[in-house]
Formats: sequence, C-alpha cells, structure tokens
Amino acid sequence: MEEGNKRRLAVRKTFKLYIGGAFPRSESGRTYQVLDAHGGFIANVAKASRKDARDAVLSARTGHRSWSAATAYNRGQVLYRVAEMMEGRRAQFAAEVARAEGCGTTDAERITDTAIDRWVWYAGWADKLAQVIGTANPVAGPFFNFSVPEPTGVVVLVAPDDSSLLGLVSTIAPAIVSGNACVAIASQTRPIPAVTLAEVLATSDLPAGVVNILTGDPAEMMPSLAAHGDVNALDLAGIGDVELAARLERDAAGTVKRVRRPQPDANWYRTPSLAAMSDLLEIKTVWHPQGI
Amino acid sequence: MTDEPSGFPYAPAPESTAIVNISSSYGIFIDGAFVEPADAPRFKTINPATEEVLSEVCQAGAPEVAAAVAAARRAHDEVWSAMSGAERGKYVYRLARLLQERARELAVLESMDNGKPIRESRDVDLPLAAAHFFYHAGWADKLDHAGLGRDPRSLGVAAQIIPWNFPLLMLAWKVAPALATGNTVVLKPAETTPLTALAFAELCQQADLPPGVVNIVTGDGRTGQLLAECEGVDKVAFTGSTEVGKQIQRSLAGTRRRLTLELGGKAANIIFDDAPLDEAVEGIVNGIYFNQGHVCCAGSRLLVQESIVEDLLVRLRRRLQTLRVGDPLDKNTDVGAINSAAQLERIVALAESGDAEGAQRWSAPCTLPDRGFWFPPTIFTSVSTAHRIAREEIFGPVLSVLTFRTPDEAVEKANNTPYGLSAGIWTEKGSRILWMASRLRAGVVWANTFNQFDPASPFGGYGESGFGREGGRAGLAAYLQEASS
Repeated sequence: MEEGNKRRLAVRKTFKLYIGGAFPRSESGRTYQVLDAHGGFIANVAKASRKDARDAVLSARTGHRSWSAATAYNRGQVLYRVAEMMEGRRAQFAAEVARAEGCGTTDAERITDTAIDRWVWYAGWADKLAQVIGTANPVAGPFFNFSVPEPTGVVVLVAPDDSSLLGLVSTIAPAIVSGNACVAIASQTRPIPAVTLAEVLATSDLPAGVVNILTGDPAEMMPSLAAHGDVNALDLAGIGDVELAARLERDAAGTVKRVRRPQPDANWYRTPSLAAMSDLLEIKTVWHPQGI
Repeated sequence: MTDEPSGFPYAPAPESTAIVNISSSYGIFIDGAFVEPADAPRFKTINPATEEVLSEVCQAGAPEVAAAVAAARRAHDEVWSAMSGAERGKYVYRLARLLQERARELAVLESMDNGKPIRESRDVDLPLAAAHFFYHAGWADKLDHAGLGRDPRSLGVAAQIIPWNFPLLMLAWKVAPALATGNTVVLKPAETTPLTALAFAELCQQADLPPGVVNIVTGDGRTGQLLAECEGVDKVAFTGSTEVGKQIQRSLAGTRRRLTLELGGKAANIIFDDAPLDEAVEGIVNGIYFNQGHVCCAGSRLLVQESIVEDLLVRLRRRLQTLRVGDPLDKNTDVGAINSAAQLERIVALAESGDAEGAQRWSAPCTLPDRGFWFPPTIFTSVSTAHRIAREEIFGPVLSVLTFRTPDEAVEKANNTPYGLSAGIWTEKGSRILWMASRLRAGVVWANTFNQFDPASPFGGYGESGFGREGGRAGLAAYLQEASS
C-alpha cells in the first residue's frame, strides 16, 4: 500500500463495497477515513448507505438460490478454495491486520493463519452437517421419517469490531457453509482486511451474492436490515452498544427472525461450537408411509 | 345429524363423565402444593359444547408468578439440576406411566374443557402425551449424546406458555423435554383449557416429584406476559399465535433469556394428478377437519393440480357429508365444538371475508346443536392467493382450494406465505416427492400422509411460524447449553 522504494510511487487501492460479486462504490458517494492503530491515515473507505444494504440483501437472495442448490461437496470445495486464495495473500493479510489492530508481526501472522485454517475447518463441515445434525426418527408407526438441516436463507451479520479478520471469517464461514447467503458489515474502525477478503472471495468460485461485504456504520444500516422482510436471520456478534442490540432484536421480532446475540467476550481463536452453524439452520422433517 | 349418505342412523354412544371429578374451583400449583391466592380474581372455564360452567380458576398476577418462578429456581438449583440424569429420568418415566394409568379420565376431561371429539383425545392426545414423557425420560441420562458436547447444562427455569388446541399434549411437548434436560418449569395453560394442566399437577404429586420442579399458574395473556417478562426466568417456550409470539420476542430483546417459538401456519396440502385420490381425500380431511381445524399445522390451503380438481372436489364433498359433527363425548363424533365464542367469531369473520372477496362457500350439511360453539366443515373454491382466507390462519374447519398446473407453480404458491410450519404432498412419484420436499419452506413435510406426530420426530417452523424444534434430538437443544459456553 505504501511507497515501496524511493524511485517508484506506489499505486494505491480504492476501497469499495462488495455486492453481488462486483465492487461498487457506495451509491451515496460517501467515504470515511480509516486510521491505523496509531492514528495514521490508511485510506478513504466506501461508507455504505441503507440503499447499498438493501441492494446487498437482494444480491444475497439471488446468491442463496444457487448456493443452497449446490451440493454440499461443492460448497466444501469452494470454502477450501477460499483458504487457498487467502494463503496466497498471507503476507498482505498479516500486514493489514498488524496495521489495523496494532499488533506485532507474530500476532498478526497467528491471526491470519487461524483465519485461513478456519476456512479449512468449516470446509470440512459442509458435507457432514446433515450427518451430525440430521436424524432418522424411529416413530411409532409404519413411516419413514427423517430430519435434515437446511439453510435459513439470508443472514445479516455484524462482524466484530476488534477482530478485523479472524472475527469476520468466524462469522461469515459458519453462515455460508450450510447454504445461507450473507450480508456482512465489516469492522467499522478496521475494515481493510475485510475488503481484501472480498477480493479473495471474488476469486474463489463463490457464486455472486453469496457473501456481500459492506463497510460503514452498522448503527446506520442495521435498523432497516433488522426489520427487512427478506432477511431471515441476524448475527449481532459485533454490536457493542447494548441499547442498539436490544433495539435490533425488537425490530427483528416483526418478522420472527432468528437472532444471534452480541458476543462481546468471544475468543475467536477457540474452535467454534456447532451452534455457530446450527443457529442459522432450519430442521426439516419429512414423513412418508411405508407399505406395498 | 341429517343427510347420512349411508342411510344407517348412528345410535348415540356417549362416553361417561362419571370418571371425571372436577373441583368447583382451583388454586395455582406452586412448590408442590395448590395454593389459593388471597386476592387474585377468578374466572370460569366452560364446556364449549354446552356452555356449562365446569370450574373456576385463578387469574394469577405478579406475586403469584414471582412465587412460582422463585419455587422453580430453588428446585432447579438445589434439587433438580444436581440430581443424576438417571434419577431424573425415572421421575419422568413415572409421569409417563401416570398419564397412561389415568388416560381415560384425562381424555374425557380434555374433551369436556376443550370441545374436541373423545375419539381424538382418547386416541391421539393422551397416547401422544404419555409417549412424549416416555421418549424424553430416556434422554435424561444420555445428554452427552444430544450433540451439544460432553455434559451439557440445563438452562434453569423455563417459562412455558401453551395454547388451547391440544392442552395436555402441548403441556407434554413442553414439560417432558424441559424436565429430562434438568430444567424446572412454570407452565401457563390457556385460559379456556386449564383443567387438564391442573389435573397434571395432581399427577406430579402422585409421582412424588420434588416440589417446585413443575409449577402451574393459570390466567389469560396477562399472566403469560408477566411470566415471559419475569426476571428470574432463563428460557421462554411459547406455542400460540404469531402475533403474541412477536410480542414475546420483542419483550425478550436485550435480555439473556432464551426463546423458542412455535407459532401459526397456513400449510399447503398439494395434490398432484397422479395422487391416489381416495387416500388423498382422507388426508385432506385429516389435514383440515382434525380437531375442528384448531391445528397450527393444519392443511388449510389445498393446492390441486388443475386437471383433477373437479373429480377431487366431488369426492371431497361426498366425504364431508359423512363427517359427524356434534357432541364431543360421543364416540362416533368426528368434528367437535369450536373451543370458544371468541374463536368462533374469528372463524365466522374470516369465512365472511371469503364470501365478500368472491370465493364460493360450501358447507357440509349437518344439524348443529343449539347450545355451544359450532362451525360446519366448510370448503371455499374459486380462491385466489390474494384472498384473506388464503393468507390468514383461520384456525377452524375451513379449507381454501386453489389450483396449479406445474410443480414449479405448486412450490411457488405453497411458499407464498410468511408462515412455514408444514406442508403436504400427494403423488405416487417418489422422485417428485423428494424434489418437492426439498423446495418447500416448511419445518414438517408430510408426503402421502398428513398430521402425523411423534415424540421422536422434530416439529417446528420456518419464517413467521417460529424457531426452535420440539421432539427428537433436535428438540433437546431448546433446553440445553454447551458445557463450555
């Protein structure tokens, strides 16, 4: 990002949104300044509007259709591909995390490596969820009866503000592994790794719209998203303001959305629990008589 | 009863009420004993088939709710959560056996307080209620295998609010998993059907269940709201209308209380042109006229492939003429009384909206009793997807018939609802069943059958039909947390 040597001026990147597989600026034309951990200027980043957020939901709905129809094997391979693509940019991610979070190189590399490995971990879940969560049900009658998990649909998630990369990956991956599509609102103060992750996702054979990443102010976008009729679930992981979280949960009740509450003390290094995935799943039970 | 197509008259076959002993009034059940709140108002519960007063019960207020929650808390912390799973399970097995032992009495009581046919309370509600306790009892010492890691923990005090359509069965769906997983409960039965829950309190005494593990408070929605919003509650489980479910979800926003909701539905029952029509007719009847249509997962929207709609409707009307509507305690009765005057009013109003919006009404010819609340089995044809009777839950014996041409259209129409509780598919083609089942946004899909229930089989909805499941291994997650969290 910065000048590499004295003779050549570096080409800086324009930081944009990621909606429907494309990288638009905010329709509002707004940007906001992102500073590093020491207060130095990093970039002007797109400040998504409520309209951008609605567009992202629309894209997510489209993405959900193809992604949920893909085989679990295919989804697993795509998630693994995300890990491959991240590995290729490991140094870039580590540098961005170090600058955003103000940590040393060792910590930044550990964060990056854990984030990459997390994709691998979730990739393996794609074709095992139904076996672990699904059941064959021995009902008291001549019926074949089974229950399978299905994605709930479109998930809006607010990534943690502090953990700019690992926290983001740890909220996106469990949402999409089962076939959900998501609109992810990146860390407001540390959005740079999220924009780079969007570039990784765009080159990982993930269908357009499955993941949409917005940079900006969650407090501005979330109220309309919490009440949005085409959103099925909210993950409020990164909402630190308890009043705002309560308001969003109230708004979500208007359409009986599933809500994952804020996780202020989450340790993102830890191996995630099954609930990170199962909270965003429906269980469908199918009955059929047996007979000749 | 008129217009018997068979021509053979049925002799009355009433079930005796002598087995039931109803007190003239009931207190509330707290900490193992019935208590009479000093200044709580009382209200009457009636038999909806006769409008006779059965008993008087309390309208529990804030002090009663607080006392019940405190008793449940003590019982949870000091006794129930500390008990081994094996011992806890044995108590739950006892409750299953007690329900079986007193099944006949409870079935009669249920039909008297609710209005449902004795055939259904005897053959469905009671056996399934006992089965729910039996199934969950066995989980109590096997929770390591619930899929929530080793040694999952109970949540604490569960506030459980249940509806009037399957009073004792809904109690079983709520209480059995809660107890098996080490939670204690405060249960509020519906205001029109409190009697079997109060009888269940006696069963808890007969089982020597430790005091405070099960507490039962009666009252209307105000009591339910007090209970859901009570600080000492760790989990709220609600079955009822979507409207009230949304209020509860709002009221729990920003708290640490967990929530599962089992709300309304507007299920599509989809009949393809290759379906076995006589069996489909039975499934349609079972889907919408079972329990007077007071069923959240009722198949209230019939989607029929266009080429067979005339044939199917002829068979369906013929079958409806054989349904016997009347005295719930008569063992030959198929369709009993509407549960309350208020519910009858809602059904009448929605049916009138069907007339006003241009749908064609046909009701089975039957003579309805002079007293009590009744609505004849009814079919609306010429229904469009925009009509209120195709969109809103009627919760009565009213079927709306729509048509489709292609499987894609069937899926689109079936999913064109904010609800997503259940759906039915009738076709002889296996691959089409699986294709349809994977596309329907519904928590329960019945293929070539309808309205089947089992404690081992998870039940619950998508979208505005709620979240969380009841029954099966999936249902345990509603009452447990991972040990590490």
